[in-house]
Formats: sequence, structure tokens, C-alpha cells
Amino acid sequence: MSDHHTDLLIVGAGPAGMAAAVTARRHGLSVRVVDDQSAPGGQIWRAIETVAATPRLARLGEAYRAGVDRAAAFRACGALYEPQSQLWQIEPGFRAFLTRDGRARSVTAEAIILATGAQERPVPFPGWTLPGVLTVGAAQILLKTADSVPDKPVWIAGCGPLPLLYMTQLLAAGGRIAGFLDTTPRGRVGAALRHLPQGLGRFGDLVKGLSWSLALKRAGFPIIRHVAELRAEGDGRLESLHYRTQDGREGDVAAEVLLVHEGVVPNIHAPLALGCAVKWDAGQHCQVPALDRWGETSQANVFVAGDGAGIGGAEAAEPRGRLAALRVATKLGKLRDDAAEAAARPERATLSRALALRPFLDALYAPRPQVFAPADETLVCRCEEVTAGELRTRAAQGRPGPNQLKAFTRAGMGPCQGRQCGYTMAHIVAAVQNRPVEEVGFYRIRPPLKPVTLGELASLDEQEPAA
Amino acid sequence: MFRKLHDPGPATVTVHIDGRPVRAEAGESVAAVLLRQPEGWNRTTPVSESRRAPYCMMGVCFECLVEVDGQGSVQSCLTPVRDGMSVTRQQGRRSLSA
Ligand SMILES: Cc1cc2nc3c(=O)[nH]c(=O)nc-3n(C[C@H](O)[C@@H](O)[C@H](O)COP(=O)(O)OP(=O)(O)OC[C@H]3O[C@@H](n4cnc5c(N)ncnc54)[C@H](O)[C@@H]3O)c2cc1C
Ligand code: FES
Repeated sequence: MSDHHTDLLIVGAGPAGMAAAVTARRHGLSVRVVDDQSAPGGQIWRAIETVAATPRLARLGEAYRAGVDRAAAFRACGALYEPQSQLWQIEPGFRAFLTRDGRARSVTAEAIILATGAQERPVPFPGWTLPGVLTVGAAQILLKTADSVPDKPVWIAGCGPLPLLYMTQLLAAGGRIAGFLDTTPRGRVGAALRHLPQGLGRFGDLVKGLSWSLALKRAGFPIIRHVAELRAEGDGRLESLHYRTQDGREGDVAAEVLLVHEGVVPNIHAPLALGCAVKWDAGQHCQVPALDRWGETSQANVFVAGDGAGIGGAEAAEPRGRLAALRVATKLGKLRDDAAEAAARPERATLSRALALRPFLDALYAPRPQVFAPADETLVCRCEEVTAGELRTRAAQGRPGPNQLKAFTRAGMGPCQGRQCGYTMAHIVAAVQNRPVEEVGFYRIRPPLKPVTLGELASLDEQEPAA
Repeated sequence: MFRKLHDPGPATVTVHIDGRPVRAEAGESVAAVLLRQPEGWNRTTPVSESRRAPYCMMGVCFECLVEVDGQGSVQSCLTPVRDGMSVTRQQGRRSLSA
């Protein structure tokens, strides 16, 4: 292992990346793990090492505490771990480009596991760009990493496990909730129950989910059900919030902070930029990379593990990480096929147990239709400030696809590269052109994965002679 | 907008936001500090010059861009504070290749 080269490069030090690293090291691979956070843990266990030393650990719950051992095992496994390093390009062969502290450099590897996790699904509505509107995940990150909570009682809108978890954690920390606007449409529970038989093995999880609701009910803040539409208003910052339920009930409330959440979707920019094949997941309403049973993509020696492979939660992310690592070990001649198969068997069993409840959760918390059909005045592209109305008008003229629409309107051209507008754009095009959304697809993603400065490129040149 | 629940004590560092000294805790992100300031925003947009603040806190929305120690368009949610750091709110079109 030279300074620049390892057998395996893992991008992401969450549950999937850490599990992959530990397994790959056990089979004698040299491993580099890069992650843009300053410590291991990923999303679920963000800041776990710092928090573990404080009384705050107890307030964040059992699932969070489980990260203490995982981070320790990862630290001890002998992988080269590079925190605060953002990956922005991978060239075939493989050479990966990273930036740390404003300086870029490149590293090489025989195989890559992308364990970059998920992002929250963007929730466009009029006023969602106002300061004061954040995602629930953002507020949870502030709680975990900065022990910060909304100053005043906070409004929370959305659905899914994360708002419930965050509200529980927020109350335990001493934060206050003004109200919860539950966006789960009417009749969802019945529809979701059809998916339950498969999930009965995970009944414990379900009970845990319901007990959150009880704790929250005891707190006594208003819960408004079946909220379909939201509008945030204010002069340069959030001042008030308007909502409308499916039954047409409306309300206006004063608000300084509104937190929104409508589920999570895989981070697929890195696989897309590498030319990995993706497919539409109708149950999760997003694209997922096409993978074999080890997690290998259509590009040889490029693997995706964890929530980046399709949302499965941390308990699915770990076995997925280990499966990918086993296959890399086989491909690089460190592990015999039959030994890998034998080691994979319990991992696959763990994985299918972890995924058993997913179809139920996916059906229960499927995004409400308005998430994909925001009102005309809504800014869909936050970076270039392109409205839903403009996209609709353009989409009707000559049936352009996502890339043409991007050229016409600049939507998707800003620094976030369509991470916030891609799915909304796809659904708007699908609706206007009367096509299935899976056929519309996504923007073409080209490297770099984030805007790269001249300073970073200059620092890269300084490294080159030694490479 | 947000408040911190504990006093960082010996872990306190000082950063300068638009020249004003502000207390922060070693290890937390610049964006977390910005969200505790009364102004509540960190940049104005190139197109309509409207105010924006951190939205995702995990590196995927690019709303949290600021100038840090003279370098423009830094994602403040991915940047831990350092003692003596200078943070400037970013106005309008700020070349991304600066
Ligand atoms: C904001 C948010 C909060 C969440 N909170 C919880 C929670 O509290 N409990 C829960 O059960 N689930 C939570 N989840 C769901 C989450 O997806 C977990 O299931 C789990 O963390 C997934 O593990 P993973 O290893 O696949 O990815 P992650 O844990 O997401 O780890 C991926 C890692 O890769 C890093 N990364 C991504 N792109 C790059 C890049 N280009 N360069 C370098 N590093 C990169 C990320 O910073 C991250 O550290 C959350 C999801 C999100 C988006
Ligand atoms: S707040 Fe979204 S990228 Fe920093």
C-alpha cells in the first residue's frame, strides 16, 4: 500500500462503509475510507464518538447508542480513514479525486465501494427557500453535532420515521414543539397493511414505532392530520405558515422555524457520474443503481452498499457493506468463491430480515402527490430559481427531456446539480407530457460532483509529479 | 433561530462573522454557528438576491455557501469552526471558481 494506492476505496463512513471496511480488512485487503464528515458514523450515528462522552448520549436513544461499538470496531480495523474529505470525481481504473480543507488530491484503488447513503427527499412548496425552513434531518444534525435546538417552539411537517424520531429526541433534550402537520394521506394505513404479512417477523419495530407516537401524544402539542398543502411566508425569513388539509381545512400560524421531511432517497450522483446503470424503484419513488446480489454495479469493480443502494435503513446497510467487501476480496484473489458464498449466507439472511418491513413503510409513508406537483409559483430549482410554472410551460413545448429542459431553463445547472430539483422536474415533465416518470429519467450527471475551485485544481497539480 | 443547550466551556473558540466576534464550540460546523445568529441568513442568491440559510446541513443543497478566510462559496455545513476563522456572508453572484 503506497500513500496513494489501496486495494479498496470506500466512500462513506456510515454503517455500510464501516462494516465494509472491517470485513475487507479481515480478509487482508488494504482499505482507504474517505468521508466528508469529521468523524465516523454516517447519518444515523453522526458525531457518535463526541456525544458518547457526554450525558447527551442517553437522550438520543438506543439505536444511536449502538454506533459506539461500530465506530470503535471501525477505528481498530486498520483501514486508512480520511475524514473531512469530499469525493468529487472518479476516473476509470480507478483514480478518485478528493478535497480536504480546500486542497485537492487524487488516490487510486482496484475496487470502489460507494457507501454514500441517502439524502432527504426535497419537499418543494411556495416559500420553502425562506431562511427558517429546514429539513428535519438538518435539525437532527444540529442536535447531534452542535447540541442546538430551535429557539422557539417549532413547527414540523411531513411523514415517515425520521420526524417521529427527531420529535422524540427533541423533547428529551428539552426542546419544544408548536405542532406537527402530518402529511400522511387518508387511508394509507389500510393500504400499507396489505404489505404487512411479509413484515410480521419485524413486529418489534412496528411496536417501537407506535410507542413513539404515544410519547409524542403525551407531550400534548397539536397534531393536524392529512395535511396536503403548505405555504411559507415572510420577508427575508419565515414568519408564518399556511396549511390546508385533504378535507379543505385551512390554518395560518406564526412560525420562526419549520422543519419538513418526506422520506429519504439514495444518493445516486456518484454512480450516475460513473455511468452505472440505474433503474426506477416504484415502491420508493426514486432511482436506484442496478446491482447484482453482491452490490456490484454495471461497471466492474464499482459497488454500491447501504441506503445508496435503495433505502433499507442502517440494519440493511451493514450486511450490504459486508457483502460488497466479501466480493471485492474474492475478485482481488484474497478469498475463495466458496468461502465468500459461505460467509455471505448469514449476511443475506440478516439483510432480508432487515428489509422485511420496508414494503409496509414504503407504502405507509409514500410521498403525498403534492410533493411531485407543486403549485406554479414554487421555486423547483433552488439554485437557479426556476419555478414549477416555468418548467410546465417549457415541458409542453416540443416534449423536451430533462437535459433539454435544463438547457432551456437552467434548472439543475446550479451547484447542487439537481439534487434538489431532479425528481420534481421529472414528475412535472411526466405529468405535462403524459409519460411514465420512469421513462422521463433524470439529468445526465457529469463529474465533478461538486463545483471545484481553481485553487483546488492548482493544489492537484502540485501533487501530480509524485503520483 | 436555534440555540445551544450547553455552555462549551474550555472548548469555546472565537470566529468572526462579518467582522463581529462570535463564540462557538470546537468541532461544530460554521453553519450551526450561523443559525444561532440573529440575522438568520448566510447568503443572497445570484438571480433575485433573496436571502438563504442552511437547509439540509449535510452537503446536498449548497444553500449554506459563505466566504471562509477569503475563499468564496465554501459549504459552511461541512466546515468545522477554527479559532480565529473569518466568515463572511456572501452576496449575489460570487464566482464559484474564485
Ligand atoms: C439527514 C439524515 C438523517 C438520518 N438520521 C437517521 C437516524 O437518526 N436514524 C436512522 O435509523 N436513520 C437515519 N437516517 C437514514 C440513514 O440513511 C440510515 O439508514 C443510515 O445512516 C444509512 O447508512 P449508510 O451507511 O448507507 O449511509 P450514511 O450513514 O448516510 O453514510 C454515508 C456517508 O458518506 C458520506 N458521503 C456522502 N457523499 C460523500 C462524498 N461525495 N464524499 C465523501 N463522503 C461522502 C456522508 O457524509 C456519510 O457520512 C438518516 C438519513 C438522513 C439523510
Ligand atoms: S446546508 Fe445544504 S449544503 Fe450545507
